[in-house]
Amino acid sequence: MNLNEVKPRSKCRIIKINGSGNISGRLRDMGCTSGAEIKVIKIAPLGDPIDIMIKGYHLTLRKNEAKDIKVEEI
Amino acid sequence: MKKKEITIALAGNPNSGKTTIFNNITGARQHIGNYPGVTVEKRYGNIIYKGYKINVVDLPGTYSLTAYSEDEVVARNFLIKERPDIVVDIIDSSNLERNLYLTTQFIEFGVPLVLIFNMSDITKLKGSEIDIKLLSELLSTPIVETVGHKNKGTEDILEAVIEVFGKKDQHKIEMKYGDEIENEIERLSGVLKNKNILSDEAKPVWVALKLLEQDKEVIDKVKKDAGSGYPGIDKEINKSIKHLKNVLRDNPETIIAEARYGFISGALAETHKETETEKASATDRIDRILTNRLLGLPIFAGLMWLMFQFVFTVGSYPMDWIDIGFGKLGNLISNVMPEGLLQSLIVDGIIGGVGGVIIFTPNIILLFLCIAIIEDSGYMARIAFIMDRIMHKFGLHGKSFIPMLIGFGCTIPAYMGSRILENKNDRLITMHVNTFMSCGARLPVYVLLAGAFFPQIAGNVIFSIYVIGIVVAILVAKVLRVTRFRGESTPFVMELPPYRVPTLKGILLHTWERTLMYLKKAGTIILAISIIMWILFTFPMISTYSQDYDAEMTSLGQAFESNEITEEEYEASVVEVDAKMGAEQLAYSAAGRIGRFIEPVFKPLGFDWKLAIASISGFAAKEIVVATLGTLYSIQEADEGSDSLRENLVKDYNPLIGYNYMLFTLLYFPCMAGMAVLKREAGWMELWFQIGYTFLLAYVVSLIVFQVARLFL
Repeated sequence: MNLNEVKPRSKCRIIKINGSGNISGRLRDMGCTSGAEIKVIKIAPLGDPIDIMIKGYHLTLRKNEAKDIKVEEI
Repeated sequence: MKKKEITIALAGNPNSGKTTIFNNITGARQHIGNYPGVTVEKRYGNIIYKGYKINVVDLPGTYSLTAYSEDEVVARNFLIKERPDIVVDIIDSSNLERNLYLTTQFIEFGVPLVLIFNMSDITKLKGSEIDIKLLSELLSTPIVETVGHKNKGTEDILEAVIEVFGKKDQHKIEMKYGDEIENEIERLSGVLKNKNILSDEAKPVWVALKLLEQDKEVIDKVKKDAGSGYPGIDKEINKSIKHLKNVLRDNPETIIAEARYGFISGALAETHKETETEKASATDRIDRILTNRLLGLPIFAGLMWLMFQFVFTVGSYPMDWIDIGFGKLGNLISNVMPEGLLQSLIVDGIIGGVGGVIIFTPNIILLFLCIAIIEDSGYMARIAFIMDRIMHKFGLHGKSFIPMLIGFGCTIPAYMGSRILENKNDRLITMHVNTFMSCGARLPVYVLLAGAFFPQIAGNVIFSIYVIGIVVAILVAKVLRVTRFRGESTPFVMELPPYRVPTLKGILLHTWERTLMYLKKAGTIILAISIIMWILFTFPMISTYSQDYDAEMTSLGQAFESNEITEEEYEASVVEVDAKMGAEQLAYSAAGRIGRFIEPVFKPLGFDWKLAIASISGFAAKEIVVATLGTLYSIQEADEGSDSLRENLVKDYNPLIGYNYMLFTLLYFPCMAGMAVLKREAGWMELWFQIGYTFLLAYVVSLIVFQVARLFL
């Protein structure tokens, strides 16, 4: 599944990041690499973006950016 | 003893406390400028320490040295062009993994390094243990622990810098990416060495690495340097990338990034003991409320309201004092100086014009104070997080919300506040539509016209203008995003830093330097334009009036002295005569003639030369539109509540024209203080663009409204 489909308070692990270019590069720089563990914390009051915990810090990203990240639930 | 000079560059992630440490090191000996050609702030300063002069440059905070954002390119180019002796990499110790990603890239680049583990007090609190000594060995770099906001460890940093500077050969470690990639790097760097590509800029291995990452900026540089030899190199690059994609079954960029993180995990596994706590940190607990699904928005709205109250209500006191102060100054000079042109130039032109801008300073100071607190505490990121959904719909970033909101108060701090947007396009679009967030100075114009032509529903009419402003802003933002500022969608991907208590020193410094910038730049241009405006309104000077006003004045004086009229009547009559003279002078002046000259341009909009001149004077400051109209109708000290001015307007125009003029005032470019700041923030081209398109928009809209409505009324 993709990261945007993961429910708040669930944990998952990154399998791979699709696509290349600005967004995927930025995601990688911020620590979204294969095997990294993610905990989805919450969704913003207006429904977007989402707040996740990765490599020990809070990262926020839009749902259509999260959809490029393929994950497996743990 | 000859002083030795060392140049160091401070680098690190945003929110790592870099600026605090920069302030600790340089104190008051710092300056701000811009990196050449871009609107990225450059902070630099120096300190004398143990016989060394240490020049410090504060690079923009970056997460990486890739070519995705202007900040990162600036940081990277600084390393390449300026060749600092040492990079001081500031790391948030509570967030080691991600912070060290940037560090690995400095290691790749091969520049001498000193690592600063900042915020080390928080880390100890959290129960994390780091074996600094071992980590320092593994990374082959000195590590200094600091607590920036308590100014602890600053001297240790300088000691480490001197030590590294003394060692000519810092033993460097090599990053490992796996055999496949390393082979290709060696192959490509050989190709580059043979053709002597970028040899004076960076190591061939580094360039090769960037080429495998398909780094746009490096590719461009190689293209330029190689010239006709580029196709050959390009072939080699593609060969390598294809081979790697085949063998590794992923992009080289991804593998390289993962290799860097792998290196970091390896080093940390040996040196970092994290106590796993599921206990929520203070930040998490605060965020449970501040970004709460239900409470988040109302709390945010409340805080914004408070900020506005603070800035504009509290600010109004010093504003009044400055107003009175300038008034007194004007009076003083009028009394001391002989009457005549010079006096008029100084009192009406300079003090009037420049004073009109200085008067904003208290508001600006308070506003920047609030922004500094919001930024330094970490709440700014939460605002972007909450508002992004709406902002994104207009093609903007969540952070754009703050400058937009500020724009309803005053355009100048709104333009300056746009700096919080990291992406250049976001920044420019935000600045270009900010003018439609009707600033406080336009309000008197609306109040005057709405009060005159729509007395019963004035409030609603004004509200409609504000709403139209917002709608236009949204539409223009979308259009700009799709045309001039097209580009790959800027990622939102943003860190939520832990909440921090801002340091008083930091806030005051931030506020002060931005205020100073406003005063300096806005001040110089405005002084020039004030003088020009004064010249336009004063010359040529009328010598023969339509009536003998002098005779009138004399007879009034005689009537008063012989008690035919009271003092009150005398004063009132004198004021009236003065005003009539003023009106004739204005019509005779260059501004008046220009007004009548351009009248044909404004006629299709329903405006006559008087409204035209008033709009021109609005260039100086929007409130002046009301004063100019007052002068034109011979009313002294007219303001928006002036009944006699309203009566005159109703006599000469009709509600359609009144509303149309409000629309025109809404849409055309902001005052010259705003223009000066825009030029400073974005450059001449953007300034002319904004002047051009807003005027065009104002013209076309007013034209359509007038011509179409006329058919029905």
